[in-house]
Amino acid sequence: MVSSIGGANLRMEVKNLNFYYGRSLALKNINMGIENNKVTAVIGPSGCGKSTFIRILNRMNDIIIGTRVEGEILLDEQNIYDPRVDVVEIRRKIGMVFQKSNPFPKSIFDNIAYGLRINGISNKTEIIDRVEMSLKNSALWDEVKDRLDDNAFELSGGQQQRLCIARALAIEPEVILFDEPCSALDPISTAKIEELINQLKEKYTIAIVTHNMQQAARISDYTGFFLLGELIEFDKTEKIFTNPSQKQTEDYITGRFG
Amino acid sequence: MHINPRLEEAVVKVLLWLFTLITVFVLFFIIFYILKHGLPVVNYQFLTTDPMDMGKSGGIYTTIIGTIALTLVAILIATPLGIGTAIYLTEYTRENKITKIIRFGSECLAGIPSIIFGLFGFILFVTKLKMGWSILSGSLTLAFMILPTIIRTSEEAIKSVPYNFREVSYSLGSTQWQTVIKVVLPSALPGILTGVILSVGRSIGETAAVIFTAGSALRLPTSLFSSSRTMAVHFYIMAREGISMPNAYGTAAVLIITILIINIVAYRLMHKFIKKYS
Repeated sequence: MVSSIGGANLRMEVKNLNFYYGRSLALKNINMGIENNKVTAVIGPSGCGKSTFIRILNRMNDIIIGTRVEGEILLDEQNIYDPRVDVVEIRRKIGMVFQKSNPFPKSIFDNIAYGLRINGISNKTEIIDRVEMSLKNSALWDEVKDRLDDNAFELSGGQQQRLCIARALAIEPEVILFDEPCSALDPISTAKIEELINQLKEKYTIAIVTHNMQQAARISDYTGFFLLGELIEFDKTEKIFTNPSQKQTEDYITGRFG
Repeated sequence: MHINPRLEEAVVKVLLWLFTLITVFVLFFIIFYILKHGLPVVNYQFLTTDPMDMGKSGGIYTTIIGTIALTLVAILIATPLGIGTAIYLTEYTRENKITKIIRFGSECLAGIPSIIFGLFGFILFVTKLKMGWSILSGSLTLAFMILPTIIRTSEEAIKSVPYNFREVSYSLGSTQWQTVIKVVLPSALPGILTGVILSVGRSIGETAAVIFTAGSALRLPTSLFSSSRTMAVHFYIMAREGISMPNAYGTAAVLIITILIINIVAYRLMHKFIKKYS
């Protein structure tokens, strides 16, 4: 049983999703909505399919050979897996921040300008403005404003991850997907990122995969619990963590397995 | 058969050490011998005057120019072809029968003796396409000879670019071509350059493929269609015909020094490349 959310303000909607790696079914009949300007968290033990799931939402799995998607993923009522849809356009609207901070081997400035340039923005002042704005929005500006030409690898791990967030923000997506963004970070950097996510939801719709249940409890409005490729329960975060309706969810959040 | 493990280790160690010593000795002997006989005639004048009397006297100026011209044109032809093929093989196809055939073909191309390339170039470019003995015929032949090296090293360099760079690039809404041009190639550049530089070294030292296709004219080449003699060919002719051994050794010394410098540069670049990604 999947409890459905009656939220009328859905930004994305997953309908009857099945996902295959080759012949093996990795995700089974997922139904879930992602509400506008809210944080939706996906939790579950390793290998439950949560990262696979979030990568389906901006068609990142298209790159992997032998994968297949059944069902519909709607962004503003439009199926992003429709053959007529331009995948480049979809990824522009749905940004992504990855598990391991992964700046390009370029300067801080060029890392953020990259997305702008490939999307056809060549006006220098516009690029400079948007780089500054993105860095401010990712709470990194004060730390790097005097060293924009430094190589991005010189930043600390937490700063690199916020740079990656800034890079995703620069092209002004509508939805931002976070794939375990804090799994390699210390608690202080993690707190900064969580605070940032909290601010970002005013402007963006956010989905986040996390290994860390407390993190989901702290920052999300809705939580989905995945187990072995199935969405066991999806509800308001408060409800999931205080009064889950499924036995498996309860076992997981109380630490009985996983 | 059982022998004392400690003895076994000692014997193996000595043997391996000996093998290494022989290798290094041969290398240094060749370099030392050539330089010892060649360096006395090498001076500014030797490098900047035309050969006279078939090379018996005078310098090697025209052969230096010939070598540079042939190598340069060959690299200009082979580099785009090689990098393009490498990009296709690594980024635009998956491993299948066709890529295996292409790769096998290019590997075979690498194993063909250069004299066969010379013959092929002579038949195709010099006679069939009527380019005559010329820098163009020679460069085209050289280009096909070094193509496998460039493809191979470019492929390796492109493959070593971390996968997540591509992922991020796609996630920011770039197309595959944008990703290749702006993310993959810049990161792979030092590795690609290493292959190109090694190919420059091979082109400079090549004799058999060039003598049949670029000819052996001692005049200063004036166009792509002039016949020209490279340093390696010059050395070969002077030594074989016994024209002037000192000048032959002088040419060899210049060749060896050039190739050493090129290899050192390539090695440095490779090192920098490895350091950057590990």
